[in-house]
Amino acid sequence: MSRLAATLLATAIFAGSAAAAEPLKLGFVAPMSGAQAEYGLQMMNGMKTYMAQHGDSVADRPIEIIVKDSGGPNPDVAKRLTQELIVRDKVDFLVGYGFSPNAFAAAPLATESETPLIIFNAASSTIPLKSPYIARVSMTLAQHAYGIAKWANEQDIQKVYTLYADYAPGQDANKQFKKIFTAEGGEIVGEIGVPLSSPDFGPYMQRIKDAQPDAVFMWFPSGELANTMLKSYRERGLEEAGIRALGTSDLVDDHSLDSMGEDAVGLITSAHYSAAHDSELNKAFVETYAEIDPDTRPNFMAVAAYDGLAAIYKVTEDLGGDVSNGEKVMELLTGMTFESPRGPIEISSEDRDIVQNIYIRETKDTGEGLYNIEFQTMPMVVDQGKE
Amino acid sequence: MGIVVFDGLAFGALLFLISVGLSVTMGLMNFVNLAHGAFAMAGGYAAAVLMNDYGAPFPVGLAAGFLAGAVTGGVMEFFFIRRLYRSHPLDQVLFTIGLVFASIATVTFFFGPTMQRFVMPSYLDGNVALFGTDVSRYRLFLIVVGVIVVGGLLLGLNRTRFGAMIRASVDNQRVAQGSGINVDRLFLLTFTFGCGLAGFGGALSLGMLTLNPIFPLKYMVYFLMVVCVGGAGTITGPFLAALLVGVGDVAGKYYIPESGGFLIYLLMLGLLLARPRGLVVKQGAH
Repeated sequence: MSRLAATLLATAIFAGSAAAAEPLKLGFVAPMSGAQAEYGLQMMNGMKTYMAQHGDSVADRPIEIIVKDSGGPNPDVAKRLTQELIVRDKVDFLVGYGFSPNAFAAAPLATESETPLIIFNAASSTIPLKSPYIARVSMTLAQHAYGIAKWANEQDIQKVYTLYADYAPGQDANKQFKKIFTAEGGEIVGEIGVPLSSPDFGPYMQRIKDAQPDAVFMWFPSGELANTMLKSYRERGLEEAGIRALGTSDLVDDHSLDSMGEDAVGLITSAHYSAAHDSELNKAFVETYAEIDPDTRPNFMAVAAYDGLAAIYKVTEDLGGDVSNGEKVMELLTGMTFESPRGPIEISSEDRDIVQNIYIRETKDTGEGLYNIEFQTMPMVVDQGKE
Repeated sequence: MGIVVFDGLAFGALLFLISVGLSVTMGLMNFVNLAHGAFAMAGGYAAAVLMNDYGAPFPVGLAAGFLAGAVTGGVMEFFFIRRLYRSHPLDQVLFTIGLVFASIATVTFFFGPTMQRFVMPSYLDGNVALFGTDVSRYRLFLIVVGVIVVGGLLLGLNRTRFGAMIRASVDNQRVAQGSGINVDRLFLLTFTFGCGLAGFGGALSLGMLTLNPIFPLKYMVYFLMVVCVGGAGTITGPFLAALLVGVGDVAGKYYIPESGGFLIYLLMLGLLLARPRGLVVKQGAH
């Protein structure tokens, strides 16, 4: 008898609380531990920043973030975690995804369960084509490569040697750069794909120095590899030999910029976001971020997570809090435009991919640390890597 | 050509310097020490933190690296490792690999997952002309330090009383104990010293390798490769092995970059096939 009473009571409490405020559940899949733990940290901070500025509930539904640690590029793990979030936690949105293989693995699950999935980082061009329930708010590698290749053409740089981390994103970036750079008459004089495990890049740099190109295009994932690479570039005196360094933002990611020091100063890169982007919205973003995590600086992943939440808040508000119909949610997300700390952005009505400004920046010592200072804007660049 | 050989030797010297501690703890003491990188990392972090946050000069950082490695190593030996000397090698593997993961988590907790900053002191920065080629000062410095360390170790091990005691204790603990050697204390000191060398190597590597919490796992293959190819129980073996592997790796990357970093493994395979017990085999080894 007492058991029955307890059950009844529990049911009553549950039903009551559910009616009061059903939380809006976000299933967050990202690397939270291991070598890429900073990805997860940046995204989490980005979401927290948005919530600090706009409240931690929307349309009377408190935000509940369920964190799942995918580690590095582990498609199997990402798939299992996504499944758990859909089936057991019954999340309203899937968010995060640091690596493209993880996003690819989750795509069919989003389609099957009709759960909207917002990509916070994974940058392979074709990801949004894999499911009608995917929208991307981060960037594509092709967008970055487009920016720097165009700029190289404008600077009358003719011969370029490319050096890239030999795995899918590196190959992508290399391919896109080559395509755009050679289309306007540039010449690629050599290419080297470097294995990810290599501790010493000196010999590759020496080889490039001996080949005497006008510039070297480098693509390495942000963090230690990019750092090691740049160290070798400086140590070998390539700049003194008249070989300019070209790269995308991964080389001088805001997150690792301070630990790179002098090596990064003067580098020209292309990207969609810099912590030094000159706008009111970005100033507010950087300030709030600093209150949440004074030890790091927001980078492009934090900004993507911030914008991801902005999109989710908008949709949830428009639907009066009822986001149970995935198709309706995706309809609202498609073609959405709003102002981000990085500038204007649009979730393309063609393929739900991100459309945004690409900036050309120079890394400078501002006196308050190193920052990427934007000096040229290529407005509203559409991803061209899908073919 | 000259620059390729020089760079190879420098990379080899670095490989030797970060692995030589392992030649002591694993090679000499017969203890399967996969946690070598954790001690090297302790040294690296000590040096990096002192230099970044307290403005300590590089030599102080190196000394602190040695101390940090030695202290962590000594503490580990006293509390855990001495219990495992006579255990099955599998237990040693399991314990030390556990230590690696624990060290990764600990360092992430205190210093975060990001890599540490390192600014080369101005006297090691840039290039210097040597036999008509511009060579990096830092790499030259690595070669010089490598030669000094190998010389010092050979002298210490073969010409001092302490060295003789180590050799005796490793070869036959019971007889050594019977002849009045305090084996426990000797092993503590030796292990501590080996870990100190690891820390020293870790601090020295800051100019070439990146330091973040997965350091011990990331470079484990290189530490082990040098000791395996060189031959356990000797100092000259790992030194030669490190130089060979270093030159092979650099030459491979320069001349056939398409083969990438794979060549180093082929080289190891070839050397091990030719000399399965290592380049230099310890006298009287079983």
